[in-house]
Amino acid sequence: MKGDIFQAIADPTRRAILVLIAAQSMTPNALAEHFDTSRQAVSKHIKVLADCDLVKQNKVGREIHYYFNPVKMKEFDHWLTQFKKHWEDRFSQLDELLINLNSSPNEK
Amino acid sequence: MKSNLLMNFSVDKENNRVKVEREFAAPVGKVWAAWTQSELLDQWWAPRPWKARTKSMDFRVGGSWLYAMVGPEGEEHWAKVEYKTIDPQQKFTANDAFCDENGTINNEFAQALWTNTFTEANGTTTVSVAIQYDKLEDLEQMIEMGFKEGFTMALGNLDELLDK
Repeated sequence: MKGDIFQAIADPTRRAILVLIAAQSMTPNALAEHFDTSRQAVSKHIKVLADCDLVKQNKVGREIHYYFNPVKMKEFDHWLTQFKKHWEDRFSQLDELLINLNSSPNEK
Repeated sequence: MKSNLLMNFSVDKENNRVKVEREFAAPVGKVWAAWTQSELLDQWWAPRPWKARTKSMDFRVGGSWLYAMVGPEGEEHWAKVEYKTIDPQQKFTANDAFCDENGTINNEFAQALWTNTFTEANGTTTVSVAIQYDKLEDLEQMIEMGFKEGFTMALGNLDELLDK
C-alpha cells in the first residue's frame, strides 16, 4: 500500500467521491459529472484513493467502474473506536480516583 | 460510573496528531498529581482489566517514567515516558515509546510526542492531550498495528485478540 489513508480522507472532494461510489460503482465520466472540477482533477483524486486501497476498479467491457473498498475504512474506524474507548475507560478510572483525592485534605 | 463530563476527540491528519480533551471535576492540583505521580498513575492509567505497574518514576525534565501494562494473564508490555518540558500544574511534554523492562526503547514502533495541558476554571480542570507523530506513516502504523498484540494491548482490548 503506497498511499496514506489519513491524507486520502482529509480532502473533502475525496470524501465526496467515496460517498458516491459507496452507494454504487461508477465510471470516471459519471463521477466527474458530480464535480465542478476537471475530469483530470477527479482522476487524480481517484488515484489517491486507489493508492490506499479505498477504491478498486472493475472492467466492464471497455468501461472502468470504480467501487468502494470499505476494508481500509473499517480498519480506520475500528482503530478510532478502540482508541477512543481506551481513553474513555482510562478517564472514568481517573474520575473515580479524583473523587477519592477530593475527599482527602492534602493537596500533594 | 458513567461520566457526563466533556470529552473531545479528534484526529488532525494535516499535522499527524491525535487530540483528546477531557474535563475533570477536580481542582488542577489534584488532576496534575494524578498525571504526574506514579502511585496515582498506577491506579488509573491502564484500562481494566489491565493494570499499570511503575518500575521507576523521575518526574523531572530529562527524567522518565518506566512502567508495565500488566494483563489479566500476567503478560507485560513495557513503555517509557521521557519528560521533555514541565510547567508545574500547567503543561508537560514527553516522548512516549514502547520499550523492554530495562527501558531500552523498541525502535520498531513509532514514538510520539505528548503535550498535556491543564487549565482550571470554576473547580473543573480541562486536560488536553495532543499526541504528535513525526509522520503520517507512524499514525498509519498505529492503525495497522491495531490488529497486532502490542497495540491491542495498548488499547486495552485483549478479548478480541484472544477470540481470533
